[in-house]
Amino acid sequence: MDKTREITLTVNGESVTARVPVRMNLVDFLRNELELTGSHVGCEHGVCGACTLLMDGRTTRACLTLAVQADGAEVVTVEGLAASGRSAALARAFTERNALQCGFCTPGMLASAVTWVEGGGSAERDAIRAHISGNYCRCTGYQSIVDAIADVAGSKAEDAA
Amino acid sequence: MTVAKPLPHDAAALHVTGQARYVDDIPLPADTVHLAFGLSQIARGRITGMDLSAVRAAPGVIAVMTADDLPFANDVSPSIHDEPLLADGTIHHAGQPVFLVIAESHLAARAAARLGVVACDEETPILTVEEALAADSRFEGGPVIWAKGDVEAALASAPERLSGTLRLGGQEHFYLEGQAALALPQEGGDMHVVSSTQHPTEIQHKVAEALGLPMHAVRVECRRMGGGFGGKESQGNALAVACAVAARATGRPAKMRYDRDDDFIVTGKRHDFRIDYRAGFDREGRVHALDFTQLCRCGWAQDLSLAVADRAMLHSDNAYRIGALRVASHRLKTNTQSATAFRGFGGPQGMAGVEAVMDRIARHLGMDGVALRRRNFYEAARARGPSAPSGESRGAPPSPEDVSGRKKQGEADLTSRGATKISSGTGAAQRFGGAHSPPPPGGANVTHYGMEVTDFELHAMTDRLLETSDYAARRTAIADWNAGSPVLKRGLAYAPVKFGISFTLTHLNQAGALVHVYQDGSIHLNHGGTEMGQGLFQKVAQVTAERFGLPVESVKITATDTAKVPNTSATAASSGSDLNGMAAQNAADQIRDRMAACLAPLYQAEPAAVRFEDGEVVVGEERMPFAEAARICYMNRVSLSAAGYYRTPEITWDRLRGQGRPFYYFAYGCAVTEVVIDTLTGENRILRADILHDCGRSLNPALDRGQIEGGYVQGAGWLTTEELVWDAKGRLRTHAPSTYKIPACSDRPQVFEVALWDGENRSETVYRSKAVGEPPFMLGISAWLALADACAACGPHDPMLNAPATAEEVLAAVGRARG
Repeated sequence: MDKTREITLTVNGESVTARVPVRMNLVDFLRNELELTGSHVGCEHGVCGACTLLMDGRTTRACLTLAVQADGAEVVTVEGLAASGRSAALARAFTERNALQCGFCTPGMLASAVTWVEGGGSAERDAIRAHISGNYCRCTGYQSIVDAIADVAGSKAEDAA
Repeated sequence: MTVAKPLPHDAAALHVTGQARYVDDIPLPADTVHLAFGLSQIARGRITGMDLSAVRAAPGVIAVMTADDLPFANDVSPSIHDEPLLADGTIHHAGQPVFLVIAESHLAARAAARLGVVACDEETPILTVEEALAADSRFEGGPVIWAKGDVEAALASAPERLSGTLRLGGQEHFYLEGQAALALPQEGGDMHVVSSTQHPTEIQHKVAEALGLPMHAVRVECRRMGGGFGGKESQGNALAVACAVAARATGRPAKMRYDRDDDFIVTGKRHDFRIDYRAGFDREGRVHALDFTQLCRCGWAQDLSLAVADRAMLHSDNAYRIGALRVASHRLKTNTQSATAFRGFGGPQGMAGVEAVMDRIARHLGMDGVALRRRNFYEAARARGPSAPSGESRGAPPSPEDVSGRKKQGEADLTSRGATKISSGTGAAQRFGGAHSPPPPGGANVTHYGMEVTDFELHAMTDRLLETSDYAARRTAIADWNAGSPVLKRGLAYAPVKFGISFTLTHLNQAGALVHVYQDGSIHLNHGGTEMGQGLFQKVAQVTAERFGLPVESVKITATDTAKVPNTSATAASSGSDLNGMAAQNAADQIRDRMAACLAPLYQAEPAAVRFEDGEVVVGEERMPFAEAARICYMNRVSLSAAGYYRTPEITWDRLRGQGRPFYYFAYGCAVTEVVIDTLTGENRILRADILHDCGRSLNPALDRGQIEGGYVQGAGWLTTEELVWDAKGRLRTHAPSTYKIPACSDRPQVFEVALWDGENRSETVYRSKAVGEPPFMLGISAWLALADACAACGPHDPMLNAPATAEEVLAAVGRARG
């Protein structure tokens, strides 16, 4: 039995076609085949959030997603968020607020933060906390991360007003 | 000024774009092999046979190694060579590496490792401290006892007495990036290792031993870790050595990273403790005597346990001047993971012990916890006294048999802080302790280990924190609220921190740095410290830039590399900035002095009058860009490269007697935390935390604030949700984040007010800053004490809260309070 499948997907705006083992995780495909190592492998069972990325616009655990499930999908990793400028304001805020230390959670945290900000999320701290409760950070104590997201959400709301 | 600016983390721009590389992100040579360990399924026994044929036959497997296949030392211990890389016939814990699979891919190696059949004569494991005590299973012979005053007499004469037992759980580091290493074979048998490690020199040392090479043939590099917290001080040795051995055997690069479950099951954690205590005090709240017996579960290998247990003893006084204090420490050997360094390194356990007792006394007397604590504080430092008293006045000269601070010939391990097996089997440590010890030297403001406390900041800090946190009013308001709330109860608690700064193994308090100034004026910086997220690289770069009067961007930060700076100590004990900052300053000053000596005569100036400021060099009437000054010096054949060095002054420590000045200074902090519990379920929340922390004159307030916030949350996690559970067979059942709960964003305090104390270090540290890595961790103790306070509001008895205070434990404590 052929245990590989050909898939075609869009990764950070580029079309990619590849033959992959059917049991290969999306995060392994991105990291090992496409050398997009910004998505990190933390716990590999969907709890820590380090591998979080956007698939068809939704935050997705790339360690719990098979590469074949991404066939036909649009995948955006931290590299794509940065290159397109989508995460620019958040990246600035994370830097200014010192919302990262070891940085290992940062790509996943940014992916979750992008969906909050782009989805019109408020600067209300409790709501931000709930939104990123699926992304572990072992270093910062989260205070500065919530500050950074609140900064961007707040200024976006001001712009809209 | 570059120093003291709240600059962001040096790699922030790389992290937010996904460009920052960890070990697992480094592009690999095409023929790289991947490794996985086959792990023991039982906790204790003898191996009677191994059938690895299915492993060898599995897809992608290149080779399988057992202990017999290792060419040289089969050891990854940081201390006494008791930690084989691969089991040598005896199984010491469930999860111990038994064989090593070398395969074409990470997954192939892992899948094959499951196919090994290891036959064992299983023995009954020693799992708990009680079982270890009964079996006399220990490291070091008998308990180590350090004391001040006559504890028995003081207990007997005290108007009031209490005794009890407290249990403190362990803690998994849960660095987000798991352990990882990569070995790249070089010409002539040399080995280049890239490791996620806090201790590159030790990796170099262990790899050299495993390959039968001198240390000069092994080079170890670490650009960054995805978190360390102590868990990468010694626990990376196994992976690096395995990679090096496999690379040697196959002639191919070798990489290994633990899957998260394996990381939990194989690597050591924070030591869990049982602390038995007796306290004698008067009705005014003055504590006359404290007697602690600390049962420290060390796991199967000595690792760093002696030094950890020492530090727990050293922090059993925390902020309190107790007339008579005795600590007896049992370092118990069990068939569990080898407990290891974890932020605080025993300090948190010692401190939590005395804080629990202080709270219990306060409740017993009906006193406020803060008032009781203040009554027992050390005396305040003189308003603006001498920075630190000279070392000569403290402690007796070392006795002839004193081997503290160095290792015995023959079992020397010069690179770790595991301490040697000084008194194993002899009980020698015991002879020097107890009530028969000579009275400690110095005045009354002296710890139980004979160190005078000259920099005590907590009186004034507590005043300010109580005011900014509105403690008194909230105390009253919470009592009123609780009176009207039968199900939910609130709790409020204050906790101080006094944490000693320096490695207690004195020889480790040294560091090196390497600074180059290139002819275009750009600067290359290297030092022995490692970056695990704490911001050390940026702080040391700020110090270096400051010396040359340049912005921090002028300084290139480079990976820690044993080929550039040798014989480094682990980045641990909060010492990174203190030691490496000073070493880098020393290197920069050497170059600066040479430049001044070159430039001054060219412009009829004195070298001492040459200034480096605002990106320029000022020589007499002349101002020139730094780059121009560098070019002139190069053209005049001046060496623009220097190796810097620093060793901490004034510290002396006689470990056997438990006397001396082990710490250069203390770092202080205090916190007030408010919680709410549900008395029907035990569920709880941290509502508010107010922190005031002493970083001396901060090198970088933004980075220091990050350490304080993160440390508090991690400390609160240790004492609340993070529960490690072993089953009756010694298997760790909480081996992934699905069952082991570190704090999530929603667990942190809803209101979180953090302020830095605006003092300066009274000791002469780099720019008068203070170490900040570990001390704030212990501020989390206030959250645990607040939970106890809430439980105490449920009934007349003491809740005797243990840690971790999970919902289950809180519920039990509510029951105990009700009686």
